Amino acid sequence: MPLKGRIVVNEKYCKGCELCVSSCPQEVLALANDRITAKGYHPASLVADGCTGCGICSVICPDAAITVYREKAGVSRIPA
Amino acid sequence: MVLDNCELETTVFERPDTLTGANTHYCPGCTHGIANRLIAEVIDEMGMREKTIGVASVGCSVFIYNYLNMDFVQAPHGRAPAMATGVKRVLPDRMVFTYQGDGDLASIGMTEIVHAAARGENITVFFLNNTNYGMTGGQMAPTTMPGQKTTSSQNGRDVETQGYPIRVSEMFSKLDGASYIVRRSLHDPKNIRMAKKAIRMAFETQVRGLGFSMVELLSICPTNWGMTPKTSIQWLEERMIPYYPLGDYKVHPALAEIKL
Ligand SMILES: Cc1ncc(C[n+]2csc(CCOP(=O)(O)OP(=O)(O)O)c2C)c(N)n1
Ligand code: SF4
Ligand code: SF4
Ligand code: SF4
Ligand SMILES: [Mg+2]
Repeated sequence: MPLKGRIVVNEKYCKGCELCVSSCPQEVLALANDRITAKGYHPASLVADGCTGCGICSVICPDAAITVYREKAGVSRIPA
Repeated sequence: MVLDNCELETTVFERPDTLTGANTHYCPGCTHGIANRLIAEVIDEMGMREKTIGVASVGCSVFIYNYLNMDFVQAPHGRAPAMATGVKRVLPDRMVFTYQGDGDLASIGMTEIVHAAARGENITVFFLNNTNYGMTGGQMAPTTMPGQKTTSSQNGRDVETQGYPIRVSEMFSKLDGASYIVRRSLHDPKNIRMAKKAIRMAFETQVRGLGFSMVELLSICPTNWGMTPKTSIQWLEERMIPYYPLGDYKVHPALAEIKL
C-alpha cells in the first residue's frame, strides 16, 4: 500500500497560481473556486484522497504556501 | 491510545527558518519566489544565517531583503557586485551574495559584474534571467531573445537594429577569475532541485576561498510575458532553454570532491 500523506495550504501565502495543481503526480489538487483568500485568490486545496506526501507541490510553489506531511512507514493507521 | 502527530508522520516540507513571514509582492506564479526560498533553504542547511550578508539589487529582485530574515544592504542599480566586493573585503569571514535580475546585471550593471568576475572576487552571484525588465513594465533587456516581443520591442527584437542577446554564463566562463559558473532553471521540480544544489555549490566555492561564483537561474515573468504561470513555464522550456542551454560552464577542479 502506498504511503499516505497530507498537505496544508497556508492561505495567507497562496496566490492561486495553479503551479502545484499541474505538478501533482496524483492529481489530487485543485483551486477552491467556492472561496477567495484575503488577497482575492482562489486557494489551492486537496480535493481527493491519494496524496502520497511526495512533496512535489511544495517544491514548485513559488510562495512556500504548502506544508507537506507523510505517514511514517510501519505505523499502524488509526481510524479517524 | 492517542499518538502524538509527530510519532505518526514526518514533515516533508515546511517554510525554511530564513524565510520571513512576509507575503511577497511577486506576481502569482513568479519564480523569483522559488529562488528566494532555495537560497533560504541552503543558508539554513549550512547554518550560515548569522554569517551571511546579502546585497539586493534594483528590480523585482530588490525586496528579497524583506523576505530573507538576515542581514542585507541594497545597492544602486547594477552596482551590487561592487558593493559586495567592499563588504567581503572588509568582512572576509562572511558569506556575501548578490541577487540580481538580467536588466540589473547585464545592462546597467555589466561593468561591475564583469570586473568582479575578472578579479576573481570571492563573492557569490544569483542571476535571475527572465528576459526582460520586470519591475518597470517588461522592456527589452540584453537577454531578450531574437523575435521576442516586449513593451520596447513591440514587433519582436530585431537583431539588425537592436543587436543580439548576451549569454552571460557562456561569456563569464572565459574569464580566468571565475571559478563556478552554471545555468539552471526554475520551471519544474527536478530542475528546481538541481538549482538548489548549484546554489549550495556556489556558496561552497566562496567558503573555500576559490573565487567568483555565479548561478544563472532561468525564471518566468507571467505578468510581462502576458501569459498564465503554466503557459509561461512551457514557454521557458520550449523557447528559453534552447537559446540559454542549461549546464555547468566552468567548475573549479577543487569542487569535484564535493558530493551533494
Ligand atoms: C539608475 C536607475 N535607472 C533606471 C531605473 C529603473 N529601473 C528599475 S528596475 C529596472 C529594471 C529591472 O530589471 P531586471 O534587473 O531584469 O529585474 P526584474 O524586475 O526583471 O526581476 C529599471 C530599469 C532605476 N531604478 N535606477
Ligand atoms: S504531496 Fe505530492 S501527492 Fe500530495 S498534493 Fe503534493 S504533489 Fe500531490
Ligand atoms: S503553487 Fe502555491 S501559490 Fe500557487 S496555487 Fe499552489 S499553493 Fe497556491
Ligand atoms: S513583474 Fe515579472 S518578475 Fe516582477 S514579480 Fe511580476 S512576474 Fe515576477
Ligand atoms: Mg529581468
